[in-house]
Amino acid sequence: MNDFLNERKHKLEDFKKNIRKKQTNYEPIDIPDGLFVKCDQCGAAIYEKTLEANHSICPYCEYHFRMGALKRLSLTIDQGSFVEINAHIQSTNPLNMEDYQDKLEKGKKLSGLNEAFLSGEATLVGIPIAIGILDSNFMMGSMGSAVGEKVTRLIEYATEKKLPLIIFSASGGARMQEGILSLMQMAKTSAALEYFDKKGLLYISVLTNPTTGGVAASFASLGDINIAEKSSLIGFAGARVIKQTIRQELPEGFQTDTFQLDHGQVDLVIHRKDMRKTLYKLLQLHQGKKVEV
Amino acid sequence: MSDINVAWEKVKLARHPKRPTASYLIKELFPDFIELHGDRGFADDEAITAGLGTFNSIPMTIIAEEKGKTTEEKIKHNFGMPHPEGYRKAIRLMKQAEKFKRPILCIIDTPGAYPGIGAEERGQAQAIAYNLKTMMGLKTPIMVVVLSEGGSGGALAIGVGDHIFMFENSIYAILSPEGYASIIYKDSAQADHAASIMKLTAEDLKGFGVIDTIISEGEGLHINPDFGIQSFKTELAKTLKKLMTLSENKLLTQRYQKFRKMGVFVEQGESNETESTEN
Repeated sequence: MNDFLNERKHKLEDFKKNIRKKQTNYEPIDIPDGLFVKCDQCGAAIYEKTLEANHSICPYCEYHFRMGALKRLSLTIDQGSFVEINAHIQSTNPLNMEDYQDKLEKGKKLSGLNEAFLSGEATLVGIPIAIGILDSNFMMGSMGSAVGEKVTRLIEYATEKKLPLIIFSASGGARMQEGILSLMQMAKTSAALEYFDKKGLLYISVLTNPTTGGVAASFASLGDINIAEKSSLIGFAGARVIKQTIRQELPEGFQTDTFQLDHGQVDLVIHRKDMRKTLYKLLQLHQGKKVEV
Repeated sequence: MSDINVAWEKVKLARHPKRPTASYLIKELFPDFIELHGDRGFADDEAITAGLGTFNSIPMTIIAEEKGKTTEEKIKHNFGMPHPEGYRKAIRLMKQAEKFKRPILCIIDTPGAYPGIGAEERGQAQAIAYNLKTMMGLKTPIMVVVLSEGGSGGALAIGVGDHIFMFENSIYAILSPEGYASIIYKDSAQADHAASIMKLTAEDLKGFGVIDTIISEGEGLHINPDFGIQSFKTELAKTLKKLMTLSENKLLTQRYQKFRKMGVFVEQGESNETESTEN
């Protein structure tokens, strides 16, 4: 038995040596990291520039990759029309959580934003709108006091200026690091929508991948029209929590965009490439003017 | 270490098996309580008990999360974890209260909204969101009391109001300490430590301006429920009287301002520590 193991050991060492030799025979080619991206859905390797040019949609299976707020903005509004508001509102650390500050710094670097919510005024095919976008690169787009305040101020801004409102959500929910204060942002943002609503103004909520927890259970579900972007996970409770609670496997396609459509929770499921067009059409129908078809 | 003990002791008291549930509070406050059922769309969710009753000769609408005491009751009431139809029943009856100009009392006692397949299929997120928005605009006084456990969006969905009370040994949080520990420390066994940093006691929440009044319990509701219930009756009567004199406009503006102020953030480098002071 020992002989057998020793022999195996030697063979393995020889094999490793040969491999190393073989590798050194090649001239190293300079392949920068991240040139190819693996598709989460079909596993295909996609050239990064191809993906970028294709609105971050997998060319093989149509899977929509997550998208940062700045890129989303550029795909949605008229170029050069965006004026940001409330950029100076930032998070602090009310519960003195250990590594919250580090997470905030990391979020800023990854998203290029001060907080997980980008908001302002812009035009979409010439129609003035108030627009807000959550960025999942910033602490999973979670809502703490600063995000809640920015969402609320955007809604109040739209109410005051009588602008249609479009919010793109991408969020894991309320931000744990701010505890109960994050929970209260659900009430605060929803409250602002109650007053927006009374003015007879249009709110289109676009739920993108992922929209869950406290964001799904507040302003993201309260659109006059709720749109789910294709290949999005949308729901209240996390799949892991549900599985632990009911001790069963979850059905295929659970909490996907089409699941939400089938169960009557969203009005439309829209492909990313059709989003701007669809938003324009909906805005046009709510301008209080005659529409030429 | 003492901080851990204070918060964790509260968690244990809030979940004490001898602590009365909402049905007891209802019986003590509204001896003539009539239960009303159903959301008119899907079912009657027994995690929420709702109905009509008289307090100090004033007809009121009562919405309560009921956990149940015995195992049988707990199962019947789904451990106080509502489905969407529960929240829809609640908002249906709150709108009815508005129509008949009845003040509303909401009693919170839940670990959270139920995380299940049916709940997701029927729009748990939508049901909660709709309640938050709609309660903000109801033209009748809404009073909310956290009886024992206020867990997450499942509590807040009946928690928007003009005056929020919390019993001394109750807790109100973004998530259960166990859930919080498993997210932050990847270890649900650190729930006691999580409880100490989460700021979930009545004192903590009053400091943040999230609640208005702490109801003293004396020895504790689990030992002598009468003491706490008497203190609550006194406070409720005072608040009800005050709220009923307000015009609809004033009532709604105050309600909006109350929630509008919640949160702590930084603006232009200045810290905006939001407290419970009136504007």
